[in-house]
Amino acid sequence: MQSQHHMLPLVVNGVSYVANGKAIIEDVSFTIHDAGLTILLGPNGAGKSSLLKLCHGLWPLSSGSIRWGDADVQDVKQKQAMVFQRPVLLRRSAAENVDHVLKLRGASSAERARVIEESLQWAGLANIADMPARKLSGGEQQSLTIARAWALNPEVLLLDEPTANLDPAATRRVEDLIRSFAEAGKKVIMATHNIAQARRLADEVLFLNHGRLLEQAPAEQFMSGPSDPLAGRFIAGELVE
Amino acid sequence: MNEFSNAFRTAAHLLVEMDPGLLEVVLLSLRVSLSAVILAAVFALPLGAFVALTPFPGRRGVVILMNAMMSLPPVVVGLVIYLLLSRTGPLGTTGLLFTPTAMIIAQCVLVFPIIAALTRQTVFDLHEEYDEYLRSVGAGTRQKIATLLWDGRARLLTAILAGFGRAIAEVGAVIIVGGNILHSTRVMTTTIALETSKGDLGMALGLGIILVLIAVAVNTAVVTIGGGANQRTV
Repeated sequence: MQSQHHMLPLVVNGVSYVANGKAIIEDVSFTIHDAGLTILLGPNGAGKSSLLKLCHGLWPLSSGSIRWGDADVQDVKQKQAMVFQRPVLLRRSAAENVDHVLKLRGASSAERARVIEESLQWAGLANIADMPARKLSGGEQQSLTIARAWALNPEVLLLDEPTANLDPAATRRVEDLIRSFAEAGKKVIMATHNIAQARRLADEVLFLNHGRLLEQAPAEQFMSGPSDPLAGRFIAGELVE
Repeated sequence: MNEFSNAFRTAAHLLVEMDPGLLEVVLLSLRVSLSAVILAAVFALPLGAFVALTPFPGRRGVVILMNAMMSLPPVVVGLVIYLLLSRTGPLGTTGLLFTPTAMIIAQCVLVFPIIAALTRQTVFDLHEEYDEYLRSVGAGTRQKIATLLWDGRARLLTAILAGFGRAIAEVGAVIIVGGNILHSTRVMTTTIALETSKGDLGMALGLGIILVLIAVAVNTAVVTIGGGANQRTV
């Protein structure tokens, strides 16, 4: 599987990120070889979002390096799409939101029309294409941001707590979309503090706390008995600080 | 009291009859103020967006200056433009003093900071929200500005209408640089000032009513656009 993917392995080497004098990420190193769904797991404030944004090249590294395949993190943003915790939607219709990213990529108008229809269809949003995006329900809004990511046909999808503000029905819908992204051969990396969600989705887990990586393991192994004691308490449902 | 009711009667008469003198003044007012606002908007929108998005040394100072200039006194603007355009001034050879063009320039100077400052604020607020998305999808500066101006369109239109409201209602600047010349540079506000001092209250009142109606129309438009845009977009 890994050999088909141009963006893998993802090699994160000695990465630190300091903001306003505070270390958010401290000396994190790991390698992700396989496609499928990797979950960044940990309590709030563990540095999951920050690590995800660093891997997307949104923020400058304080030290260390991140490489996707043969490329530096700053050179491959266009091959990735990112979905944020609070859906960032333009003050336009659902279809126009998808159109916006396609225009930025310079797609022809025929191509855009085709991809818009296809992506909205894929996300089950075809019937609300002309609705103002910001009038949609929370679940529809997050589905729309994932449809917009799908339209870009990225090799990697990064998601930052995409269901944190959603009810169970909407969460199920969004998780289905995320799963079908991974099943289409894309690499998916998602941050969540929700252990049950990690259990439902993960092929691989990276457990973080206080800006440090404490464990990296295949999901099955991690869920049945992590080697890190703190991770053990976390998956047992204890409050970890 | 009698004088007062007479004034009203004359005003109503002028309005109903669409008096050509009155119409001329109203049309010139609209022409001058609309031109000034459009001209100001063409430059103020991109400038406001640029200042909002681009960090540069002294940006704070520029923002403070832009906000402060929103309350420039019209008579002072009129005086400065007068000095620039008067025959001995640096732009005296253009012969623009006491023409509608001079009035457009003066009102443009008054309106420009309003549109620029409100645009900066609107784009800045919106950018806070859109920043990571726009960088994630690889938008360049021009594409960012286009996205933010379009998505801020309801508030920006409100800013432009606010600018128009200031332009159409001000008297200090246009009376100095226009000179209030009959059939040439006489607009609603300057005519009201003149006719009132002459004691011709009917004409003054008729124009006053039109001016108030325009103000009401502009504000109705602001509310309608704001409401409509909220329905659609917020």
